[in-house]
Amino acid sequence: MEQTQIPFGMLLQKAVKIRTHILEMLAEAKSGHPGGSLSAVEILVSLYFYKMRHDPKRPAWPDRDRFVLSKGHAAPVLFATLAEAGYIPVSELKTLRKLNSRLQGHPDHRVPGVEFPGGSLGIGLSAAIGMALAGKIDKKDYRVYALLGDGELDEGETWEAAMAAPKFKLGNLTAIIDRNGIQQDGLTEQIMPMEPLAYKWKAFNWHVLEVDGFDLRQVIEALEKAENMRNRPTVIIAHTVKGKGVSFMEWDPAYHGKAPDKDTVKKLVESMRQQ
Amino acid sequence: MFGLMLVQMSSMRDALAEALLELGSKDPKLVVLGADTSVSIKTSLFADRFPDRFFNVGIAEANMIGIAAGLALAGKIPYVSTYSAFVPGKCLDQIRNAVAYPNLDVKIVSSHGGVSVGPDGASHQTVEDVAAMRAIPHLRVVIPADAPATRVLIEESWKTPGPFYIRLSRPSVPEVYSSRPDLKVGQVKVLREGTDLAIIACGVMVSEALEAGESLAKEKISAEIIDSHTLKPLDADTIVSVARKTGGIVTAEEQNIIGGLGSAVAEVVSSSYPVPISMVGVRDTFGESGEYKELMAKYGLTSKDIVRAAKKLVASR
Repeated sequence: MEQTQIPFGMLLQKAVKIRTHILEMLAEAKSGHPGGSLSAVEILVSLYFYKMRHDPKRPAWPDRDRFVLSKGHAAPVLFATLAEAGYIPVSELKTLRKLNSRLQGHPDHRVPGVEFPGGSLGIGLSAAIGMALAGKIDKKDYRVYALLGDGELDEGETWEAAMAAPKFKLGNLTAIIDRNGIQQDGLTEQIMPMEPLAYKWKAFNWHVLEVDGFDLRQVIEALEKAENMRNRPTVIIAHTVKGKGVSFMEWDPAYHGKAPDKDTVKKLVESMRQQ
Repeated sequence: MFGLMLVQMSSMRDALAEALLELGSKDPKLVVLGADTSVSIKTSLFADRFPDRFFNVGIAEANMIGIAAGLALAGKIPYVSTYSAFVPGKCLDQIRNAVAYPNLDVKIVSSHGGVSVGPDGASHQTVEDVAAMRAIPHLRVVIPADAPATRVLIEESWKTPGPFYIRLSRPSVPEVYSSRPDLKVGQVKVLREGTDLAIIACGVMVSEALEAGESLAKEKISAEIIDSHTLKPLDADTIVSVARKTGGIVTAEEQNIIGGLGSAVAEVVSSSYPVPISMVGVRDTFGESGEYKELMAKYGLTSKDIVRAAKKLVASR
């Protein structure tokens, strides 16, 4: 197995690199979703470079842990992470959203390492349950992670899945909610109030944890606590900020689906490198 | 074929359950999902035999399809089954994005298709499912004629990688085939040779077509009778050659003629060898409560309707 875990101290650097890729690929594509990509960077870094058992040389390895990006519009963060992990060349990132590219606007099976074609919201948790059930049938010890958007929780299917996972005692399943508080039309609490969110999942019999989604130590500790649950799925509510790392994007719903221009990105990347 | 013979009636659901039990004992990869209709559809028999490979998700069809996608992605062959009013009715998105787009090995078996469902009424009948499923890339669409055909085509779906939509009927239906017909996905079955016109049918309309063929023969009209159990991929080569041979086609189906078997036949015939096509089917309307046979009569889905269409077609030439 390829060594995919890197020292804890190097994770922050990976996060900076991935943020840079996201901005550069979106500027090149001239469209796409920066806000929800930037909010999930530390979550994906914790998974792909610390927690998950995976091998970029063997994307179909039956014993791998699986990551389902249910909020498929955050494709840039997934592609950038897969590139940094070695699934695809970093140079390919600039083909995002272009004709004949493997890097579609939303992730699909053209890209090695993509487990599920997320995009139409609400389906990913169900698919993750299916993968976790298969793991139980096969008596394999792989884990399944699903990243959901908080706006995505409006979808009824999420709650169908939320009822099902505890029924099937899926201790091998961890859902992570990117709780950035913003969806396309505005603030989640105005569009469709979700609070009290943790209580909702508790009431559905999940093991619930809440973390600062940018604190790598907190995220990793929560992922490890989830692993200790034998027969109960865990949901980690990761409190984040949409557009994290780019001051003018933070907390602005306009940057759910608006790409920054190349000049702006050049300046941003410069200042990120200096930090 | 039916003439004075006593017609054997049998249940497609029984055939489904038998097929799943047999395949399930052969193939540990086969799993079955239900949505609170498994007793009615008899997949509960699979649950009794293989409790570790059966998942009842409750009345949550979208979740069921999503879970099936995940199981398929992890190497399983999931058969999902409920009423066709709800799958695809409640989960077109999940079928499209989670199953068909990634071309997964998920087999959707929907029972209670068409108006033959009977007294439950329009909310539980389907006229639109076939058109919707046929328009989704990657998805194969299969409608068996009877219980023996169901058994064989379920096995065929297990042997054929990729997603399927298989539509069954609720009532017991006349047996068109003897014990194990030789049916292949994507190949029509010619049940009777003829020269004056071809009647191409699917599902419960196949037995009606055979009866129509008998009546027409008495009036010296020679009809070729074809079971096109696979609507997609359609057996275009055979259908075009039949158009060439007979010069006219009647299609017969238990769903809306918009987007169904008649449309599929027209799609291939119109560009290769155009002949007149008359479509027997539901004429863009919802069903209603009533008994199976009463509904088939009211909505123009009987052998008499096929005979009428056939005679008109022949007379017009």
